[in-house]
Amino acid sequence: MIGFIEALLPLFVGAPLLIGGVLFVLPRQHRLRQILGIGSLLAMLGGAIALVVITSDGTVLAHQIGLWPGGIAIPFVADAFSSLILAATALVAAVSFQYMIASGEARSPSIASFVLVLAGGVAGALLTADLFNLFVFIEVMLLPSYGLLVILSRRGDMAGSRLYVTVNLLASTLFLAGVGLIYAVQGTVNLAELAGAGDDPATAIATAVCLAAIAVKAAVFPVHGWLARAYAAASPAVAALFSGLHTKVAVYIVYRISSVIFEGDGPWMTAIMILASLTLVVGAFAALGEREIRPVLMFQMISGIGFILIGVALFTPLGLTAGIAYMVHHMVVMGSLLLIASAIEQTYGSGRLDRVAGLRTREPLLTAAFVVAALSLAGLPPFSGFVAKYALVLASADADIVIVAGLLVIVSLVALMSMMRVWAEMFNGKRHADVELLAAEARIRTRHGVFDDETVDADEVAAEAARAVERHDPPRGAPATDDDPHGHRGTRIPIRLILPALTLATISVGLGFGGELLLHLAEQAGSALLDTSDYVRAVIGP
Amino acid sequence: MSLALSIGVLAAAGVFLVLQRGMIRIILGFVLLTHAVNLLIIAAGGVARRDAPFVGGDTSQAADPLPQAFVLTAIVIAFAITVVLATFAAVGRRDDDTEPESRPPLNGESAKEVEGR
Repeated sequence: MIGFIEALLPLFVGAPLLIGGVLFVLPRQHRLRQILGIGSLLAMLGGAIALVVITSDGTVLAHQIGLWPGGIAIPFVADAFSSLILAATALVAAVSFQYMIASGEARSPSIASFVLVLAGGVAGALLTADLFNLFVFIEVMLLPSYGLLVILSRRGDMAGSRLYVTVNLLASTLFLAGVGLIYAVQGTVNLAELAGAGDDPATAIATAVCLAAIAVKAAVFPVHGWLARAYAAASPAVAALFSGLHTKVAVYIVYRISSVIFEGDGPWMTAIMILASLTLVVGAFAALGEREIRPVLMFQMISGIGFILIGVALFTPLGLTAGIAYMVHHMVVMGSLLLIASAIEQTYGSGRLDRVAGLRTREPLLTAAFVVAALSLAGLPPFSGFVAKYALVLASADADIVIVAGLLVIVSLVALMSMMRVWAEMFNGKRHADVELLAAEARIRTRHGVFDDETVDADEVAAEAARAVERHDPPRGAPATDDDPHGHRGTRIPIRLILPALTLATISVGLGFGGELLLHLAEQAGSALLDTSDYVRAVIGP
Repeated sequence: MSLALSIGVLAAAGVFLVLQRGMIRIILGFVLLTHAVNLLIIAAGGVARRDAPFVGGDTSQAADPLPQAFVLTAIVIAFAITVVLATFAAVGRRDDDTEPESRPPLNGESAKEVEGR
């Protein structure tokens, strides 16, 4: 039975790639494309959850592609760690794609294909145990990303996309150079054969080149600067998709390489610890200075990368458990927050904190999702953030690194501050008279496909705004206060745009109440990293 | 030695070009960088043994086929990405601030001088 499931592992990569290719040539079938797209992503999620169940007792599934003998073939491996992350990425991908369908972005003919190829690449990068193959899958991930960035860019602005491509390309080239160096020293790029090779200084340095390249992709301080700018230029839903997939895959690779090749070797982990601490501090404080919701979230994401990396830097059972739990939590919550930002930007045409206000009384569902996700991000009970952060602080205190433990708490406070800023300005606040105009302009732009840097007729916008105020009645139970110039009439965010974010927020609540389950899965994943002998045995045989 | 030197020269030229402003220069720089990395991988397999592998059964002088397979894959990927990059250079020009030609010549400055920047 296990052998049969092992042989199915390449399907996680092959099926999305194949379906993505088929969808690309289907002529003008929006509906079919969307259904097949979301169907395959959900199937992938189902498969990943099945893998999580199978591997949760420590089983390691491995398949040698082409049935070549172990050590020569490209191996695909699923252990507790990769299965868990695969499930989380599939979830974020499915929900983000659901949002794209709801917002009409998935109507562009190639979007479904791109998302599927991206998901296939991510699955490949998570499952492969061969460094060169990993490079290939990272490229498979990146190519559709370039397409998504450009096609869904709502501004005529390509500067962000160029930045994204150039930075990622350089990082990939550096990674390839690192792989070449590892091959030069060790004569293999099979991760299992490289197990423990980090004791040899030359191998360690070659691996460090790879890690440096991956750090660029993960947006670790001091190479984090590109992320906020590049993602801010993308369509909001694409930013949500990427934030759940790209940076997290990079972090996954850091975990994998640190555990298999370095085996948690002291000095290297100290280096990661210092960089991770700087990342989480810099990200959190940079978020305070931003004026739009998306950059705030982007810097929160960078800060989160720091949190996750603290886990691997500790390299204790508790630390790894906490880091992995935080990773899953962060993917879910960040996805939720970014989809909330997407819904706001999509409807109101702007994510500026000072231009959009008064969402609280108008959008009860969106407000609920935001409150849950924001509090979860800050780490308040009973949400998933509390479980993950509490475990992480405990782990650092347990390892006698009190400074880091204190830092985690302080940074969480700063994160709460930046979330409160968003709350105070966007959700609470008095609604400006021109919010309705903004929203009307956004609708006209979407309808006519006009880029953000072209002008729209002001009279048309005013007429559209007036129509919207006439058409929409105030939501039930909205208090009759005078902080809304239109008496709560006018534009509201459609519920289909809120549902994806709400789904993820609900999952965060679920992971908070079911913290036991999350920590149990993370513990299994952590022990797979701590003792890699099962992994090695599965890949190259006893 | 010649291999090491060429890798060094290619990498230096590539880094220099990537740090320039123009998108075309960045693309050329990236092409040079991939060449450098490809040579590095070839060098990783050792270049002293050059006979064809899997032929005749004598493997003592056979070249290592694995790095060559790596490089072949890397070349294809680099080619694909170069095309994507070239597309980026060609479309969306109106917001491209990496090329200086959109700047009108200042007083007493010929168009040629502007171009030379």
